[in-house]
Amino acid sequence: MALTLAEKIFKSHLRDEPFPGTKVLDIDVVMCHEITTPIAINDLVARGKDRVFDPDKIKVVIDHVTPAKDTKTAQQGKILRDWVRRHGIKNFFDIGRNGVCHALFPEQGFIRPGNTVIMGDSHTCTHGAFGAFAAGIGTTDLEVGILKGVCAFREPRTIRINVSGVVPEGVYAKDIILRIIKELTVKGATDSIIEFQGPVVKKMSMESRMTLCNMAIEAGGTSGICMPDRTTVDYLWPFIRSRYADKKAATADFQKWRSDPGCNYARVIDIDITDMEPQVTVGYKPDEVRNVSDVAGTAVDQVYIGSCTNGRLEDLKIAAQYLKGRTISPDVRGIVSPATPKIFRDADRMGIIRIFMDAGFCVTNPTCGACLGMSNGVLAPGEVCASTTNRNFNGRMGKGGMVHLMSPAVAAVTALEGKITDPRHYRREKLR
Amino acid sequence: MKSFGGKVLFLDRSDINTDEIIPAKYLTEISKEALKPHMLEDLKDFDLDAPETREARVIVSRANFGCGSSREHAPWVFEMNEINVVIAQSFSRIFRQNMFNCGMLAIELPEDAISKLFQHNDGTAEITVDFRNDTITISSGRGSETVPYQITKFDKALVEAGGWVDFADAKY
Ligand code: SF4
Repeated sequence: MALTLAEKIFKSHLRDEPFPGTKVLDIDVVMCHEITTPIAINDLVARGKDRVFDPDKIKVVIDHVTPAKDTKTAQQGKILRDWVRRHGIKNFFDIGRNGVCHALFPEQGFIRPGNTVIMGDSHTCTHGAFGAFAAGIGTTDLEVGILKGVCAFREPRTIRINVSGVVPEGVYAKDIILRIIKELTVKGATDSIIEFQGPVVKKMSMESRMTLCNMAIEAGGTSGICMPDRTTVDYLWPFIRSRYADKKAATADFQKWRSDPGCNYARVIDIDITDMEPQVTVGYKPDEVRNVSDVAGTAVDQVYIGSCTNGRLEDLKIAAQYLKGRTISPDVRGIVSPATPKIFRDADRMGIIRIFMDAGFCVTNPTCGACLGMSNGVLAPGEVCASTTNRNFNGRMGKGGMVHLMSPAVAAVTALEGKITDPRHYRREKLR
Repeated sequence: MKSFGGKVLFLDRSDINTDEIIPAKYLTEISKEALKPHMLEDLKDFDLDAPETREARVIVSRANFGCGSSREHAPWVFEMNEINVVIAQSFSRIFRQNMFNCGMLAIELPEDAISKLFQHNDGTAEITVDFRNDTITISSGRGSETVPYQITKFDKALVEAGGWVDFADAKY
């Protein structure tokens, strides 16, 4: 029978079906951060069940507020540290080695095609870029994941998106996913997996695929998913080289984690991006998306480049191409947060950090920070932020603030002008 | 099992997200009790201190309720305010599962049934839940009516078990 990739993963990981349509899956990777995990730990302790199903399958990071900003966030970190030590969890990333979870864990090679991945974080869908089933879950599901290594899901439905056409100047993965969310609406993919296919996705880097999958949840999707291929192999090669004769063999092996021809999709959407403009959100919902030319001129107070959506090296490179040799508007606060220490180091080596600083940006340590309005750039009421993050909810980056979501390219030129600006009017400079 | 039913708080909007239900700045709390005063704090034009808010035991809302973040703090802040039932046209997956995982009820009803419930929004509406027979009854100054609902067998079992931790620990 022809199966979708998600169906294959469900089939291979099925532990139990307690009721028709309810699939309890074995989980390969349980990821934890300091915001949603401490309450799970405390509850397990209170229940007398302070155990972990497999310390090697649990990956832990402190990333949302780091360094701790007050006593409460310090306590959250402490609960996590004590727990990690108590259970011999080796993969723990604390300050100095920590970064935004959905950038850090892939970079560490933790996610492989065909994996099941859960985390108490809605943007866990990012990891579907590797051909995995990766779902955000709440604290109770996390608790059970930690304790038993299982999680329950409904039968998966898959929405396939074919992205085709010529990628226009100034258009990046972020613009494409915003365009897709506009089409699907914020609830169009509820209880579904969004499969990204088509020639444009095929040519994309892993970073761009992660940007696509990252925002699947903004359309309500359970997971994003991409077909593993040579690009996936190249990215994972340092971690898998001992298991394969060469990259060709690895690519052939990964073929088993692809949707079969003739499999059953709940919906298929074709999108040709040839005539697409860069995209920007307005309002408080991620499906309120406009062409940049329709919102150009909107004044902003802050520009934020970072997060699990667009804080990777590729994103910083794109922004730097527009910023090189220029300085940002004196009316704007520019903040850039490289998503992991490796990204920071690579960007530094390539002169990108210098370009940001010369342009007048503040460079922060790797953290979620301003993305969820907890630290490192919270907005005042009435302020407007141009942001490469994934959520423009009311109050997201600070009570009474307004967030416009956009690509690193639009964010960079917006910083230069102090108002939302079309990057296609700018020349991109070569980085050395 | 939790107790279900009581005075109704109507939230007449679609896509109410978890940031509106409980803003991220309170996620540094490590006890559920501390969340209590901040329920629905970032929901625009919403009076947190109105008596119908404080006395509410059931929420009735529109489509895609609880979208956004995975934070279970959203069901918890309802639980701490003694609201154990949310009735909506649809839910986001994570919020819906979090409700059942906590032994709470997330009931989906078709659009016309939700509209009927909204017609009872006269400040006196109360809802009772017949969990065994899968029906809710709304009564207000406008009269009273009973509406059947459907939840999955799994979700029903979670409510009966008092949540997913005990269910899973006994079984796996
Ligand atoms: S960067 Fe933002 S969206 Fe991503 S995990 Fe951190 S808080 Fe969540």
